[in-house]
Amino acid sequence: MNPSSTAKSMTLGEAGLVTVFSLTAFLCLLAVAMAQDTAFAFHAALSSAASLWAVIAIGNRYFARPSLPPQEINGRPNYNMGPIKFSAVMSVIWGIAGFAVGLLIASQLAWPSLNFDLPWTSFGRLRPLHTSAVIFAFGGNVLIASSLYVVQKTCRVRLAGDLAPWFVVIGYNYFILVAGTGYLLGVTQSKEYAEPEWYADLWLTIVWVVYLLVFLGTIIKRKEPHIFVANWFYLAFIVTIAVLHLGNNPAVPVSVFGSKSYVAWAGVQDAMFQWWYGHNAVGFFLTAGFLAIMYYFIPKRAERPIYSYRLSIIHFWSLIFLYIWAGPHHLHYTALPDWAQTLGMTFSIMLWMPSWGGMINGLMTLSGAWDKLRTDPVLRMLVVSVAFYGMSTFEGPMMSIKVVNSLSHYTDWTIGHVHSGALGWVGFVSFGALYCLIPWLWDRKGLYSLKLVNWHFWTATIGIVLYISAMWVSGILQGLMWRAYTSLGFLEYSFIETVEAMHPFYIIRAAGGGLFLIGSLIMAYNLWMTVRVGEAEVQSPVALQPAE
Amino acid sequence: MSFWSRHQIFEKNSIVLIAGILVVIAIGGLVEITPLFYLKSTIEKVDGIRPYTPLELAGRNVYVREGCYLCHSQMVRPLRDEVERYGHYSLAAESMYDHPFQWGSKRTGPDLARVGGKYSDEWHVTHLNNPRAIVPQSVMPGYAFLSQTEVNEASVAGHLRTNRAVGVPYTDDQVANAIADLKAQADPDNAGVDAFTKRYPKAVARNFDGKAGAPTEMDALVAYLQMLGTLVDFKLYNEKANLR
Amino acid sequence: MTEHGDLDHVSGRTTTGHEWDGIKELNTPLPRWWLTTFYLTILWAVGYWIVYPAWPLLWSHTTGIWNYSTRAEVAAELANLEKIRGDKMVALGNASLEEIEKNPALLALARARGKTVFGDNCAPCHGSGGAGAKGYPNLNDDEWLWGGSLDQIMQTIQFGARSGHPKAHESAMLAFGKEGVLKKDQIVTVANYVRSLSGLPTAAGYDAAAGAKIFAENCTSCHGDNGKGNQELGAPDLTDKIWLYGSDEASLVETINSGRAGVMPAWVGRLDPSTIKALTVYVHSLGGGK
Ligand code: HEC
Ligand code: HEC
Ligand code: HEC
Ligand code: HEM
Ligand code: HEM
Ligand SMILES: [Ca+2]
Ligand SMILES: [Ca+2]
Ligand SMILES: [Cu+2]
Repeated sequence: MNPSSTAKSMTLGEAGLVTVFSLTAFLCLLAVAMAQDTAFAFHAALSSAASLWAVIAIGNRYFARPSLPPQEINGRPNYNMGPIKFSAVMSVIWGIAGFAVGLLIASQLAWPSLNFDLPWTSFGRLRPLHTSAVIFAFGGNVLIASSLYVVQKTCRVRLAGDLAPWFVVIGYNYFILVAGTGYLLGVTQSKEYAEPEWYADLWLTIVWVVYLLVFLGTIIKRKEPHIFVANWFYLAFIVTIAVLHLGNNPAVPVSVFGSKSYVAWAGVQDAMFQWWYGHNAVGFFLTAGFLAIMYYFIPKRAERPIYSYRLSIIHFWSLIFLYIWAGPHHLHYTALPDWAQTLGMTFSIMLWMPSWGGMINGLMTLSGAWDKLRTDPVLRMLVVSVAFYGMSTFEGPMMSIKVVNSLSHYTDWTIGHVHSGALGWVGFVSFGALYCLIPWLWDRKGLYSLKLVNWHFWTATIGIVLYISAMWVSGILQGLMWRAYTSLGFLEYSFIETVEAMHPFYIIRAAGGGLFLIGSLIMAYNLWMTVRVGEAEVQSPVALQPAE
Repeated sequence: MSFWSRHQIFEKNSIVLIAGILVVIAIGGLVEITPLFYLKSTIEKVDGIRPYTPLELAGRNVYVREGCYLCHSQMVRPLRDEVERYGHYSLAAESMYDHPFQWGSKRTGPDLARVGGKYSDEWHVTHLNNPRAIVPQSVMPGYAFLSQTEVNEASVAGHLRTNRAVGVPYTDDQVANAIADLKAQADPDNAGVDAFTKRYPKAVARNFDGKAGAPTEMDALVAYLQMLGTLVDFKLYNEKANLR
Repeated sequence: MTEHGDLDHVSGRTTTGHEWDGIKELNTPLPRWWLTTFYLTILWAVGYWIVYPAWPLLWSHTTGIWNYSTRAEVAAELANLEKIRGDKMVALGNASLEEIEKNPALLALARARGKTVFGDNCAPCHGSGGAGAKGYPNLNDDEWLWGGSLDQIMQTIQFGARSGHPKAHESAMLAFGKEGVLKKDQIVTVANYVRSLSGLPTAAGYDAAAGAKIFAENCTSCHGDNGKGNQELGAPDLTDKIWLYGSDEASLVETINSGRAGVMPAWVGRLDPSTIKALTVYVHSLGGGK
């Protein structure tokens, strides 16, 4: 560190945050007293404690720091890695939690006594815990960690803001904590992937705006003339998620001291808002964001240039333009008017090639470096993730065709599609990124063990294959059984017969999920050892830490 | 300048890039969502749709809270087998007071859009307490705890008022008598039953959970399930007029 | 790009000349097949918009030249289904229950129809095989609460029991304890008497004479002098070892103390008349009906 000669003074951010958090600590205490329901009281108490902690933490940091960290040291950017380390670690922890809950709910569908008939362990409350934990907690932290890393490196400047990046990562994880405990207590708006209630939504809005400002601020002060392609995708992801969040969540609370609210929209309009949001949560959170990861980590790891700049441009703009329209494919044959369904379907078909543009750019970046797949399991993970991306973005447009959707909708086929995207694409690209990031962040020469990465790769791959093939079979079987007619023209199966028929597939799926979870535990151990002891074995070459 | 170099304007200026992104993502949403608020054909003209009674609303909140929508759809699609299995396809009008909608996206259990009146109250209570006691093959969780929890009476008027704030046409009378109506609907012997049925035509007052005492969440949930899909009289519904 | 990139020797292409943290980009043109497929999907979409309803306007929306509507389509599909089975179902609807029983073709049709409808509508209460559950009668046995003739079964299915329908079976088991008609010990006594009717062992110290007396005074009006039941009133036969609510003393005490009034929903209105006929025949065939 470069001790500053100027007298130390509290920054505006520090002073402001201390004031605001002191105030919220007090207000939340008041809210505990006024609370209309126990869940709200619990969240208010939690928030009060968290605010108090924030005040103390900011104070401690102020007293401990010699001065503000400099932007550059010896002419090199003084990258801000602390918040990124935090977020990366959280992603691993949440990931394991989310996969474990996934395994639990998968088992509940196979063996319903695992619901234990308690409110907070029943399927209906745990399922949103699973989806939020894997998408927002695991995926979100990977996105935040990687975006804050990539934006610094590719702009060659330190992150904008001093406390702000910390505010983003801690604030975001606090949102997850409130959302997750809320689900267990029955606090939900019931809008898929937007379940958190109004107060959590408000908090997320604040955190997200700061995230946008940090990210944008870093780009604005960049030292590179051009904005790197990954950052286009990150930016689209951050901006669009903000728009979607605001559009889907407006609600009026029954009491400002209670958790329950009523969403502003109703019926068919609400359905359209929901799937405009839900589909684009896929499009911008699970796709654009992770494509950004792909655009940095694959060329970096493969040490090859990105395949096509022109493809980047065309597929970027067409992807984000077309994605927004595709929401109604979640509402085929519902009470949504036909014209809107047509738009949803046709735009989904047109979305196929823009999606594959990303896949091509990812895969073809390896041309000239394919041999590395044999020696580098991390790169293999990244590449397989792109293949899964290609697969689910082929399957998705196919499922958007109305006749196909009339079969697949409401069935496990959707679940299979989700998890080929979620486990194969989101999961693997995240694992790949984490395997790259952790050694870089902790200044380790390489991973503790590439062999363990290989083990992770294979257990998880077998897990995915079991999971999605079981769901394809059960989904199509279920869909066909629902619509099966006897030769006399009568429905052939009762609903309960279709429930029974799912049982073996639910067991296979749970087994697949179990393997995937084991894989992630192997990863956690490997990353932990990487941080603790660094590279253990003599390994084949890994990407070098770029000079700083 | 070549076609490709024109893109530099986005690459060199983050504000232009953000503006570009915003414009591009705004179009689809605007075109698809706005017309749903003004095109008359979005919601059919049908008689019979009324706001939920206080007890039904409380039950609906339990339904939301327990995540029933994650296994049950409430949207019969206009497909031959669904219409045969579940009844008339769902109309947009039938969820016009649903904040938020409960159409669902997965059918681990059957569609519930028309489950009202299909079973007895006792059946629902037994089934919710322990689904496998009565349907051995079921994978549905048990919800025995609902019979143990009373509906929070104090807040019920607030719930109606909040619904009114988001557009559900509750009258002053309905809001003022929310607690009385809540109690009356769960107790057929209650003196307020007549006034209640006047405020909510065709709603029925029964002791849904079969237990004496204040309305429980079980009362509320069963009351909600028993009214699902019963509001529209499809004998009077004009199918031809509502093709869209 | 205006800047001149360098040559990438592996691919033989030039880069765009930029570098971010060591990452460069190639200036590869768009893959042909990719672009062509993209154009084709757009073309297909445009075609689709022309024939199907697609674009919202200010007062309405484009309807497409095929004038398609999902709702019209399902109406047509259902009409089509009627073509396959309509005549037969009409024949079923027109035939009397006895005629159906006698006509093998109609009988087979009715049973097939009945079976499919039973699965989704009746099995949740009466079980997949019709074996019933506590409080929900077994439809396989030869015993009937409300009568096992075709007409009686159809009556029950149409209007139900205590279903709220004006024509439903109404009579119910009184709550002798709750209504204050019988005292706790009397109830225990008569419960044991009921057990004795079907030959079940009775509790030690049970007074048989008192039991018979209480039964005669309170129960025979419905369950008959010898406890054989009365189908007019839906009062079960208490001598047949078939129990709706259980035969242990505690269950019987509960039955007598609080009464019973199981609800069977009415199916008129929800199911069409020929389907109800089919169900009647199907249920009749299950239970060796009378
Ligand atoms: C894990 C999935 C799951 C959850 C969660 C769930 N159910 Fe079910 N439900 C089922 C299945 C499977 C069936 C079919 C078997 C049966 O009847 O139990 C069913 C059947 C039903 C039925 C009978 C429908 C019919 O027409 O036969 C009702 C009513 C019902 N559920 C209500 C609810 C309510 C209310 C909740 C929430 C409090 C709920 N369910 C939560 C899976 C679920
Ligand atoms: C909500 C649960 C429920 C459903 C659904 C139901 N039943 Fe019943 N059913 C009952 C009960 C309870 C009884 C006994 C009524 C009584 O105790 O008097 C009964 C009685 C009957 C009886 C008379 C049995 C006798 O011994 O006299 C027949 C026949 C019958 N049901 C047929 C059907 C058919 C056919 C269907 C489907 C269309 C059906 N039930 C659906 C609950 C149900
Ligand atoms: C008003 C007519 C009536 C009277 C009086 C009556 N019962 Fe019943 N009883 C019924 C009916 C109807 C049922 C069937 C209830 C049902 O199906 O839900 C029934 C059911 C029962 C059952 C349950 C049978 C089973 O299979 O679980 C028992 C036991 C019984 N009665 C005993 C008695 C005794 C003992 C008395 C006198 C103290 C009595 N009943 C008086 C009408 C009557
Ligand atoms: C151990 C691994 C996992 C298991 C066992 C698992 C299991 C499940 C189960 C059982 C469901 C409910 C399906 C149903 O309702 O029928 C589900 C839903 C879902 N899961 Fe997973 N999951 C896993 C990992 C993931 C990951 C990594 C993601 C995302 C990154 C994910 C995203 C989702 C989503 C989005 C849904 C909701 C799907 C829908 O509503 O259509 N899951 N998962
Ligand atoms: C071109 C790209 C894609 C298209 C057109 C598409 C299309 C679809 C369709 C038609 C459904 C089923 C809707 C229904 O019947 O209910 C669906 C569901 C889903 N897809 Fe995709 N998909 C695409 C890519 C992806 C990717 C890459 C992911 C990544 C994880 C993903 C995640 C999901 C999820 C989570 C759901 C479940 C939503 C729900 O019902 O809860 N999709 N998608
Ligand atoms: Ca929300
Ligand atoms: Ca879903
Ligand atoms: Cu989608």
